[in-house]
Amino acid sequence: MAPRRLLQTMFRSGPPRSDRSRSSFVFGNVFLHLHSVRVHRWTLRWSATMGLGILTVAAFVIALVTGVLLMFYYKPYPDVAYLSMKDIHFVVPTGRFIRNIHRWAANIMVVGVLLHMARVFYTSAYRAPREFNWIIGMGLLVVTLGLSFTGYLLPWDQLAYWAITIGANIAQSPREVTDALGITQYFDPGGFQRLLLLGSDTVGEEALIRFYLLHVMVLPMALLALLAVHMWRVRKDGGIVRPVDADRRLAPVGADTYPVFTQAPQKTYQLAAIVRGRTAEVGNGPENTVPAMPHLFYAEAAVFMFTVLLCVVWALFQDAPLKELANPNVPENPAKAPWYFLGLQELVAFSAFMGGVGIPGIVLLGLGLIPFVEREHEGTGDWFGGPGGKRLVIQSIVYGLAAVIAVEAFAIHFGWIRQWWTAAPQLLITAINPGTVLTALYAAYSIAMIRRYNSTRAGAVGLFTCFLCGFIVLTIVGTHFRGPNWEFYWSPAFWPEH
Amino acid sequence: MTVEPHPQSAAAKASRLDTEPMPRRDFLGRAALWSAASAMFLAVLGIARLPRAAVLPSPSKKYKVTLPASLAEGVAFIPPGRSVAIVRDADGIYAISTVCTHLGCIVKQTKEGFECPCHGSRFGGDGHVVRGPAPKPLSWLALQDTGGGTIMIDEGKVVAAGTRVKVA
Repeated sequence: MAPRRLLQTMFRSGPPRSDRSRSSFVFGNVFLHLHSVRVHRWTLRWSATMGLGILTVAAFVIALVTGVLLMFYYKPYPDVAYLSMKDIHFVVPTGRFIRNIHRWAANIMVVGVLLHMARVFYTSAYRAPREFNWIIGMGLLVVTLGLSFTGYLLPWDQLAYWAITIGANIAQSPREVTDALGITQYFDPGGFQRLLLLGSDTVGEEALIRFYLLHVMVLPMALLALLAVHMWRVRKDGGIVRPVDADRRLAPVGADTYPVFTQAPQKTYQLAAIVRGRTAEVGNGPENTVPAMPHLFYAEAAVFMFTVLLCVVWALFQDAPLKELANPNVPENPAKAPWYFLGLQELVAFSAFMGGVGIPGIVLLGLGLIPFVEREHEGTGDWFGGPGGKRLVIQSIVYGLAAVIAVEAFAIHFGWIRQWWTAAPQLLITAINPGTVLTALYAAYSIAMIRRYNSTRAGAVGLFTCFLCGFIVLTIVGTHFRGPNWEFYWSPAFWPEH
Repeated sequence: MTVEPHPQSAAAKASRLDTEPMPRRDFLGRAALWSAASAMFLAVLGIARLPRAAVLPSPSKKYKVTLPASLAEGVAFIPPGRSVAIVRDADGIYAISTVCTHLGCIVKQTKEGFECPCHGSRFGGDGHVVRGPAPKPLSWLALQDTGGGTIMIDEGKVVAAGTRVKVA
């Protein structure tokens, strides 16, 4: 019969009913074969990944689906865009709910990427052979932030307009240096970047259509491509990282597991000769692995459902913000970017170029170098493994927090060079400002840790932990303690009328 | 030890059994590959040229403004919808751009000068930076008396700070 034949041809290796046919199903399916056929039991332990990567992917899928739904009604043209947002919010059936889910899924995605990165770092999962996947992951972080940033303009409200004006001027901020050197008329990368981003010299219709194009087409496709490579490499680089002695540390396999090697294997040198990397463990069969289908799929589905639940509940209780229609003559006061950029905005408030381009560039470079500088083996696959262990992390947290709070407190209380010396040359402020001082303090700490423990891993832990502390504290200061004119206030209750 | 070719073996040397320096198929294959690669490269260059806006859709930067009948000294007059502060003092009239030189927010006039709401840059009455992250003073813009209480402002033309125009 034709329908049955259709069903049969869908599964190249017959319906997935036994372990064997399920394995060939996973192996032969174009989507599923990003998974390996069998996964190690260690991988499925909650503490190995905490499901953070899948959580991020799930949030992306949710944002993708809700984003397509929003595209039915959204019109990317100034003022009209704002009206279509109002339509989505008040008229379109479930429109408000869908937009809320879209916004909160994007937030979960940003948090998920950062937490996943921290998990990978603290389990030393970036080490060989996974160095390149760390770089791909950084690409995913940048694209995720790009998606959030471009999406931020689309509502065309006051918040969006001024956040993007600031963002576009950050792209132009290399002029801070070229102007100070007096070479802008010959060499103007800043102006070029801004023009490319906005397609005009103001944030207007050209900018909106460009951001729309980036948001719904270019960046999602870039993200999908990177994501496919990222997951494929996870599989090809030997799955999720685990300690070398993972097999011994797991509870013994059940008595019903069929042993792979019934006798000690005799001639393993042949195997060692064809396997790349360090010698394969002799006499160790895949007893500790389980079929990806269904075990891994159950775990993934659970994380996916958890993410859906999170988005739905959040969307029910909190609406995505929508302010007044964009007004190019009156900035919001304070004009704040989305929360995950407020750490950067805090740095930008000291120097546009260093805060917006210089320091993020240094941070990305530093993070990207980690797997190529740190090539130790101790503690791979264990949380906070390696020299110093947990104590080093705690010590780094204390230092990282102390440094960022001290620098911020100093700058807030005493001001900076321009207040003491109005005629200070701009290059001096670009080079020495609270942001660069903090970066230097963190770099110095990292080098001190390398010396003290005689280990590059210790330096990497110091650097990454400090980066996290700095990011969190600056974000909190930018979000909660900055009021009108970007002045410091303990609470919005103390804001003056304006 | 090399074997001297027989003087009469020129025809034999061209035999198709001998290896050519590069087989014809290899040559054609590589030619196809490299022509495709260079075509792609040039196409990408051409495509990269496209998003660079050739025509800027922003409104004209040169416009005429009617001054209010009574323009008090030192109080900025901001034409509606523009980002220019027109100020009168004892020496004449001048125009200062209200676009912050830090990140492009619009500054507000205060008693001491101007302040930016976005990152707290402060400027003196003549636009020089007093505090905050702004790297440059506010620009002074070219203006021209066009008679009858009107002036022409050119936002695209920056003049030296202190340039004032006498208006009747």
